[in-house]
Amino acid sequence: MSKPRIAVFDFACCEGCQLQIVNLEEEILDLLGGANIVQWREAMSEKSDEYDIAIIEGSITRPEDEARVKEIRSRAGVLVALGACATMGGINKLKNNFDLDDVKTYVYGKDAQKPHLATAMTKAVDEVVKVDFKVEGCPIDRKEFTYIVRCLLMGKTPEIPQYPVCVECKANGNPCLWEQGEVCLGPIIRAGCGARCPSNGHRCFGCRGYVDNPNVNAAKDVIEKYNLDIDTLKLKMSLFGSQQEPTIL
Amino acid sequence: MSNSVNINVQHMTRVEGHGNIIVNVTDGKVEKIEWQVPEAPRFFEAMVRGQSYKDIQTIVSRICGICSITHSLASTKAVENAMGIEVSEQADKMRVLMHYSEYLQSHVLHMGYLAVPDFFGEKSVVPLVAKATDAVKTIIRLHRLANEWSDLIAGRTTHPVTLIPGGMTKFPTELQLREQQQKLKDSIPDLKAVLNILLSVAENIPVFERETEYVSLKKDGMYTLYHGEITSTDYDGTVAISDWKTVTNEWVSDQSTAKWCKWNRPSYMVGALARFNNQADYLSPLAKDVAKAIGLEKGNANPYMITIAQLVECVHVIETSIQLIDELLTAGIKPEKIVTSPKAGKASGCVEAPRGILFHEYEFDSQGKCMNADICIPTGQNHASIQHDFDKLVPEILDEPEDAIRQKLEMLVRAYDPCISCSTHMLNVEFVK
Repeated sequence: MSKPRIAVFDFACCEGCQLQIVNLEEEILDLLGGANIVQWREAMSEKSDEYDIAIIEGSITRPEDEARVKEIRSRAGVLVALGACATMGGINKLKNNFDLDDVKTYVYGKDAQKPHLATAMTKAVDEVVKVDFKVEGCPIDRKEFTYIVRCLLMGKTPEIPQYPVCVECKANGNPCLWEQGEVCLGPIIRAGCGARCPSNGHRCFGCRGYVDNPNVNAAKDVIEKYNLDIDTLKLKMSLFGSQQEPTIL
Repeated sequence: MSNSVNINVQHMTRVEGHGNIIVNVTDGKVEKIEWQVPEAPRFFEAMVRGQSYKDIQTIVSRICGICSITHSLASTKAVENAMGIEVSEQADKMRVLMHYSEYLQSHVLHMGYLAVPDFFGEKSVVPLVAKATDAVKTIIRLHRLANEWSDLIAGRTTHPVTLIPGGMTKFPTELQLREQQQKLKDSIPDLKAVLNILLSVAENIPVFERETEYVSLKKDGMYTLYHGEITSTDYDGTVAISDWKTVTNEWVSDQSTAKWCKWNRPSYMVGALARFNNQADYLSPLAKDVAKAIGLEKGNANPYMITIAQLVECVHVIETSIQLIDELLTAGIKPEKIVTSPKAGKASGCVEAPRGILFHEYEFDSQGKCMNADICIPTGQNHASIQHDFDKLVPEILDEPEDAIRQKLEMLVRAYDPCISCSTHMLNVEFVK
């Protein structure tokens, strides 16, 4: 059997998730042993449009990008969404909280109506085409990426944690940031990052998306207990959770 | 002599973000030379409105994966300036250490993975694995060192988590710092190896000169990347950070619809070569030796040498960090409890990103809610300089085969180490079919 051919594509994003692939350093070469990378604009000038696995980084923000991602989907047997921008729209979805004309005029002033500055509501990749696998996070976790790619190359389904960040945070022995007056999203966000932010003393801001069936309304009680207001929680949830379920009533 | 050239490079490779190069020459007459940027705009200044001063760095670090620490630092400085928040000397030094780790990561990435394959006549680093195995291994070791260094100080390689207004959430232990210092000392042979790699392919660095205005930070007595005020080779003295818009002067030219920047000339350059031209006297001793070995002297006007200036800066940040860690260890690491309260205000923050000087400006209400934001990115400041280099370079090399011209133009853009995802918030490009 020939090695699967992988192509990497970027849409609206900071390209930090591709950088995590580069940051695998020698491990890339191990992964390459099981596959051929045939297109990767940020790292290579070589290019082929014949590929089996497409890795998509970034969110979809323009009609022409919708067309491009549909074209990629039609060529790829397997499509992987890489990082928060691709899996859920990421920080780019903050834009959707505003009127789009206002957003454009605010940044570009009188040039806002120029055609190349056209922008649409930010979409995650799976709002446009079918996504087979997601690598969550902003940026992705290098180990999790390697694990998911290995599973994919071996035809296995990767197991992604179904529990919240708090589980990993407690296991790391961290003091709870709620106790220090921080509005941390650990209780409702999917684990798998090793609770990296709270372990470094910074509240979780939700870059891996909500855990399945999060008990969001219980957060109200916690908010009251710590004498914080619900608007603060909602604002914190907007960073990576704009336009996504669940919302607090 | 070839009289007609048509180059159309769409979505140029091995740069961060999307850029196009268009050259049309018919019968020896240059009809069009253009550097275009079709990246999807992302509207960060609009998106941060309404968010808390504590969350600004978390949002704007996402402007760029490669220089996320720099964006976090510039925005955090702006927030602190706006609210009069003080930072301890210890936290300030730790931030510089964090900043330097990103310099090493970004410069090594650019030199080793993006730019240097051209000097070897290869299309990417992949064929170099077999052709120049030791060189690639050296680059990988330095890149990993930089990433582990960022992990230690910033909590993560990309998108730092320890940086907050007022200081940092966590410091490394003295033992960890001592170990980090040893790793930096141990990396010096690898830096010398990179110098030898570059010396071995130095004849493939194109010879081209266009003297221009070079803009960077300045602080007396040091090669600064983090502190100080704005200066240029055309300006005697310094401009306060709060007056940065008198330097950038964004404008829309007739020739291109892209917003360009100009100060004392039609364009200026920012980045490693600009910093070197302004501050070379204050480089660390080994960095000076490396510059001398490779023939980089103050006043260099070859933009292809930006990559070489980056190597010199890698040596400088490592040598300086070894000393900085000594200072931190001598004083002893003391935990800090950071408590800040919001205040209405408007201010700017500035640091040198690996690819050039970066400005952030924010306005907050009394609750600390962001009302307005303005960001000016180094790549945006360099776009006019790239265009003017193209304008001078293309007529000089028209005799060469089309492939060679294309290669030189691509290498030129790569030399600037553009971070196009960053810069699109201020660019306007019109496409001519």
